[in-house]
Amino acid sequence: MIVLENLTKRFGPFTAVNNISLNVSKGEVLGFLGPNGAGKSTTMRMVTGFLPITSGAAGVCGFDVANQPQEARRRVGYLPEGAPLYGDMATRNFLGFIAEARGFTGADKTDRVDHAVKRLALESVVNQPIDTLSKGYKRRVGLAQAILHDPDVMILDEPTDGLDPNQKHQVRELIQEMAAEKAIVISTHILEEVTAVCSRATIIARGRIVFDGTPDELQSKAPHHNAVAVRLANADDTAIRDALAVLPDVERVEQPDGASTLMVIPRNGASIVEQVGGLVRDRGAEVDELYVERGHLDDVFRQLTLSE
Amino acid sequence: MHSVWVITKRELAAYFSTPLAYVFIVIFLGLSGALTFFMGAFFERGQADLQSFFSFHPWLYLFLIPAVAMRLWAEERKSGTNELLLTLPVPTWAAVIGKFLAAWAFIAIALILTFPLWITVNWLGEPDNGVILAAYIGSLIMAGGYLAIGSCVSAATKNQVIAFIVAAVVSFLFLMSGVELVQSFFQGWAPLFVTEAIKSMSFLTHFNDIIRGVIDLRDVVFFGSVIGVFLYVNAAIVDLTRGS
Repeated sequence: MIVLENLTKRFGPFTAVNNISLNVSKGEVLGFLGPNGAGKSTTMRMVTGFLPITSGAAGVCGFDVANQPQEARRRVGYLPEGAPLYGDMATRNFLGFIAEARGFTGADKTDRVDHAVKRLALESVVNQPIDTLSKGYKRRVGLAQAILHDPDVMILDEPTDGLDPNQKHQVRELIQEMAAEKAIVISTHILEEVTAVCSRATIIARGRIVFDGTPDELQSKAPHHNAVAVRLANADDTAIRDALAVLPDVERVEQPDGASTLMVIPRNGASIVEQVGGLVRDRGAEVDELYVERGHLDDVFRQLTLSE
Repeated sequence: MHSVWVITKRELAAYFSTPLAYVFIVIFLGLSGALTFFMGAFFERGQADLQSFFSFHPWLYLFLIPAVAMRLWAEERKSGTNELLLTLPVPTWAAVIGKFLAAWAFIAIALILTFPLWITVNWLGEPDNGVILAAYIGSLIMAGGYLAIGSCVSAATKNQVIAFIVAAVVSFLFLMSGVELVQSFFQGWAPLFVTEAIKSMSFLTHFNDIIRGVIDLRDVVFFGSVIGVFLYVNAAIVDLTRGS
């Protein structure tokens, strides 16, 4: 439903988005990751028709963003970065304005507004000026505005930024509920969000795509992916440590200074938990803790966006 | 057309949701009244007309209309709401015209609220109400000219104060191009058609025709063109400054 073909944006000599091609289909939730200034917002702004495209093309539901802007915009729900809203309007009036601007009138308009208010649990603030609302409510008004016309494509720029954990959870639930019948793109800094809601993760750095795959694939790139951490009661047991190091699928064993936990690193991300567990059991060592390390997304993120 | 109306409605409501509207109306009524009675010598003239009221309008508008227009686009850019507005299925021209019409309607409301003067002059004597009506319409059309300038300038900046000052200066140039001071500057050396062209751009010259009760098509076309040209540039600036 969203098609980007060699999309490029230049601001004078600076290339913000460099030749990005991407395809997002119905049912996908794409997590758009990248450091600040990598070109996430710029890409989203081009797809929503806010920024003109320097070269390449973007299409939404088969409509070209540059040549059929109104048709394309009709099918997109967009939450801009920071969720800008008309602060002097009351929530209900604001949503009414958005509904009218999207061509809904009369009872249809009221239905749409009521539905969006209900969906985002805004009932208690419908008559309050938006300026007086808390950050969480403001973000939800922004989301209500984006889902009001039940669009096929949703583009949400940092939808959970600045929300507390409960509010983040609500927003993620909302995204998951809508995921089946829409194509959704969310940008975020929170890497856990990708594993929580996204079916696909795309990382961009310096205007280029450096990773595109499932969250699991992303995680498997972590340096400690599938490593096994073992904490022994007797931390000075070097015999076990040496035995672990020579297991067939083990690359090496790390033990940070003074720590009682051994980190057993596998070769090529192989699953070694059974081998390690078996060995420890056979030797009769007393184990306080044993778990498989999934790998830190932060590490992958840093690796991917700082390399080159 | 529907989207123009939607924008106009929102913008007009936005004026009245802040104290700006009431402050503006109070100052407008206070100043226009004071100027009419004290500087315009309304009573001393001993004539039943509103000449002394309307003759101050070009000067009043010079700084009051940039104050109405300054927020139109600058505020949207500053708060980032233009990203919301310009990604709705609303063409840029519709947003420009919608905002312009809202501000114009607001000024029309302020102008209508000066009706006590009209009642006063009718009570004191027997004025030519046709002339007064023509002058009201003319004043509103001229206000549209000032407003288009102000809206256009507002689109070029995020700062409302700058929008106000620049709009006032540009309006001042249009206002003054007909007066002796400016004309004599050009008359010495510029060919006649240049001085005539500059003179024909003057708001003052055109308004002075209307104030006498004659709505000449040429004056309407003049203010209409000023509105059209500035709103066209306004839309172009809005598209050029997206995202910056």
